[in-house]
Amino acid sequence: MTASPAEKLVAMANQIATFFDTQPGDPAEGIAKHINEFWEPRMREGLLAHAATTTADLRPSVIAALPHIRRARQTA
Amino acid sequence: MKDFILPPKDDRDMGTPASRSATMVTLKIDGFDVTVPEGTSVMRASAEAGIQVPKLCATDSLEAFGSCRLCVVEIEGRRGTPASCTTPVAEGMVVHTQSSKVRKIRKGVMELYISDHPLDCLTCSANGDCELQDMAGAVGLRDVRYEAVETHFQPRQNGEANPNYIPKDDSNPYFTYDPAKCIVCSRCVRACEEVQGTFALTITGSGFDSRVSAGAAGDDFMSSDCVSCGACVQACPTATLQEKSVIELGTPERSVITTCAYCGVGCSFKAELNGDQLVRMVPYKHGKANQGHSCVKGRFAYGYASHTDRILNPMIRDRIDQPWREVTWEEAIGFTATRLRDIQAKHGKQAIGGITSSRCTNEETYLVQKMIRAVFGNNNTDTCARVCHSPTGYGLRTTFGTSAGTQDFDSVEHTDVVIVIGANPTDGHPVFASRLKKRLRQGAKLIVIDPRRIDLVKSAHIAASHHLPLRPGTNVAVLTSIAHVIVTEGLADEDFIRTRCDWTEFADYAEFVSDPRHAPEATELLTGVPATELRAAARLFATGGNGSIYYGLGVTEHSQGSTTVMAIANLAMMTGNLGRPGVGVNPLRGQNNVQGACDMGSFPHELPGYRHVSDDATRAVFEKLWGVTIDAEPGLRIPNMLDAAVEGTFKGLYIQGEDILQSDPDTKHVSAGLAAMECVIVQDLFLNETANYAHVFLPGSTFLEKDGTFTNAERRINRVRRVMAPRNGYADWEVTLMLANAMGAGWTYTHPAQIMDEIAATTPSFAGVSYEMLEEKGSVQWPCNEKAPEGTPIMHVDGFVRGRGRFITTEYVATEERTGPRFPLLLTTGRILSQYNVGAQTRRTENVAWHPEDVLEIHPHDAEVRGVKQGDWVRLASRAGETSLRAHLTDRVSPGVVYTTFHHPVTQANVITTDHSDWATNCPEYKVTAVQVALSNGPSEWQRDYAAQAEQSRRILPAAE
Repeated sequence: MTASPAEKLVAMANQIATFFDTQPGDPAEGIAKHINEFWEPRMREGLLAHAATTTADLRPSVIAALPHIRRARQTA
Repeated sequence: MKDFILPPKDDRDMGTPASRSATMVTLKIDGFDVTVPEGTSVMRASAEAGIQVPKLCATDSLEAFGSCRLCVVEIEGRRGTPASCTTPVAEGMVVHTQSSKVRKIRKGVMELYISDHPLDCLTCSANGDCELQDMAGAVGLRDVRYEAVETHFQPRQNGEANPNYIPKDDSNPYFTYDPAKCIVCSRCVRACEEVQGTFALTITGSGFDSRVSAGAAGDDFMSSDCVSCGACVQACPTATLQEKSVIELGTPERSVITTCAYCGVGCSFKAELNGDQLVRMVPYKHGKANQGHSCVKGRFAYGYASHTDRILNPMIRDRIDQPWREVTWEEAIGFTATRLRDIQAKHGKQAIGGITSSRCTNEETYLVQKMIRAVFGNNNTDTCARVCHSPTGYGLRTTFGTSAGTQDFDSVEHTDVVIVIGANPTDGHPVFASRLKKRLRQGAKLIVIDPRRIDLVKSAHIAASHHLPLRPGTNVAVLTSIAHVIVTEGLADEDFIRTRCDWTEFADYAEFVSDPRHAPEATELLTGVPATELRAAARLFATGGNGSIYYGLGVTEHSQGSTTVMAIANLAMMTGNLGRPGVGVNPLRGQNNVQGACDMGSFPHELPGYRHVSDDATRAVFEKLWGVTIDAEPGLRIPNMLDAAVEGTFKGLYIQGEDILQSDPDTKHVSAGLAAMECVIVQDLFLNETANYAHVFLPGSTFLEKDGTFTNAERRINRVRRVMAPRNGYADWEVTLMLANAMGAGWTYTHPAQIMDEIAATTPSFAGVSYEMLEEKGSVQWPCNEKAPEGTPIMHVDGFVRGRGRFITTEYVATEERTGPRFPLLLTTGRILSQYNVGAQTRRTENVAWHPEDVLEIHPHDAEVRGVKQGDWVRLASRAGETSLRAHLTDRVSPGVVYTTFHHPVTQANVITTDHSDWATNCPEYKVTAVQVALSNGPSEWQRDYAAQAEQSRRILPAAE
């Protein structure tokens, strides 16, 4: 049942969105800030790479957050 | 008189508990003026003056009882000879503790006691540590005039079997009960009631027939309700209740004060020894967390430290299918350093990481994260708090500004209404539970929110006012409904909210919770909690006086763990229950030093003191001291490390004192991650389950074998003191030091005190902490710095750390782990009193007598429809995997819910748990797994394969000549 790495990142991002979608203010900002604070660069790049191929499985607020997700400063 | 100058914290028994009165009373005892608080007994006042009144039934951990008549004194102007233990002092009182009259009475009392007591002092296990013996000496007993016709101690008398003789009960693995030595002083019975709160002991019969008895007729200690906390043994003045270790090894001659290495209560103990032979662990009466109490684990379950399973030599292997090869420390460290550097050369700096241990000291944890940050050159550090209280960190920081629990344990003595949610203190935090139960017996009210009917819901002399048996996974819905009731019924503390919190945010939250969809009547269908009970509980909490909330992993280990913590913080704020004794938000931390591990910068995004790695000023502090550049990017968390390993970008892991294969969820995913790595280093006492996938095994040391500090759940920094030399040769911090230096660190620490100095120099909340200070004060609660030189027992007294308390919207989101036709039941997991976490330690002690295997608790109805009977082997299957264990039928769990513990590797409850996790922190959702239960014939195929793999992996080649 273990999901693929990209599927996991998508699930995690969508799950973060379930919280920020219910908060006052712009959820995209909260989502991006949370991801920038807690996700290691590989994970952020993994999500961005996946989103470059498809965003069909991402919640709208995650899609809105994508431009605010910081790119890795160096590759791993 | 032996000593005229008494040490500040002497261990003398003062006879009766201290009075807390602020009014002082002066009296004269044997010609000396003594000033003591009102309410103090004459006995204690005498002890304060250095005068020990003879006593047997009195001890300062128990209320005075007044039964032995040995402590009689004369008081001028009063008739007779009052018992000094039950007589309170009065202003101007003149007391004589010695007179011919009281001497005669005391001698007479002792004569009667001794006439029914064996005179085998020389071979008695309490020889030299017996208060009866001491008192015989103190009163000058020289002969006994009575020849007893009937006794309790002679197996045969008058030529036939003595019906009064009861043979020794040695059913408990750790202590014996020898009725022949009993003087029926009731200290054990009172300790069981007053200190432990279990009420397992009683006095049966009356007069000459009075006997101490465990449980009901026909019970022995083991079959009774006794929880083996040791309080009775501690209280017993004779050899009647005696540690088996003392019987075997003799009375100890030296002692060292240290801190227990089991749960987050952090009890202080006196390790009592002969040479380097540990004889017993005795709870330390001046320990601030435990105040002289203990549980079966800390008191007795230390045998693992000398267990034959301990690995004492380093071992390495190239591949995990090979047997282990014992090598020197130099070779093991060299091998490890080379492998880790090779991996980095090939796969990049970020391809390795480490896990700090919540079992190890602050100093050791600090050093591991320092090695990862400064020597590995990345932030790939994490700790087992990831899988327990990481949501507490996120939730409390967001709402209050700091992840710290808000109170000290003493706070419970001032509470009026307690919510216990997702915690089972009588099993998980037993010494705290005893203090809580004491307060409940004094009249405080209790609300339990838990899917299971835990012991606190109803046990001897306590009962919860409300038990809300919610469906696992619906914490947020229940707490939001409680907030709904408080807000809509106008019970919120507006003054507190206006002065201390952000009013606009509260207004938003109030509007959110007031929506009828959050009403208990609306959520009942979802949560299973009757609306009337929930309303009553909410009203009680909001209006019942000082309200406190204690919670555990049943709150955090959910996909909405962080949201639940914030809901708890909201409740405390809206009822004004913060910033004073008796209230607060109290996370009950799991492991001895999980608080410390978090404080010490174990998380991949935080440097010591909870400062984000992206903060330039914080990095600069460490960069200057360490002489390196610190990565400003967060590193990988444990589940992310395993994901990256499976993906192929993470290849090496240093694990100090944690067994992730057994303790982390979705075992198959963990083993796949570990198997994909090129260098797994396990530093532990035993070849744990994770070591099956390791290339390097570095022997660890126990808490008895090193100096350091642990920080308990109330932020209390307690000293751990070296009691004996490390059997493996090195304390864990020395092993980390060797590895770091082999990788070029150039560290020169020679004692953990230097590491603490570095922590204090870099971390503002620890700025005032040093070993000298801890020697002087015993312990201190952080923050401890210029602003709070004495430490901080209670947080947020004048204002929240973040300024204004912040209300966060807590929308319930159902977990994706859902029941369905294939998996119709919900599994939740927990702990049992006698075992500890993965059981690596407790399974290697006599504690297995209480819990030899994990069992599945299932409601009789769910069992019946599946044809399952008590004790049957059942197959427990989830979407992640399956295992087998025996069923235990009980209505403690509701229909639809099953429960098990995770103490035994053969069960591997985590084969079942899934990779769902908290949205904010990735803390795994251990507490909710959809499962099916069916009859089975025995261990599953997976269990057999696992056992075979483990056996194969644990082979050790004989050492090379």
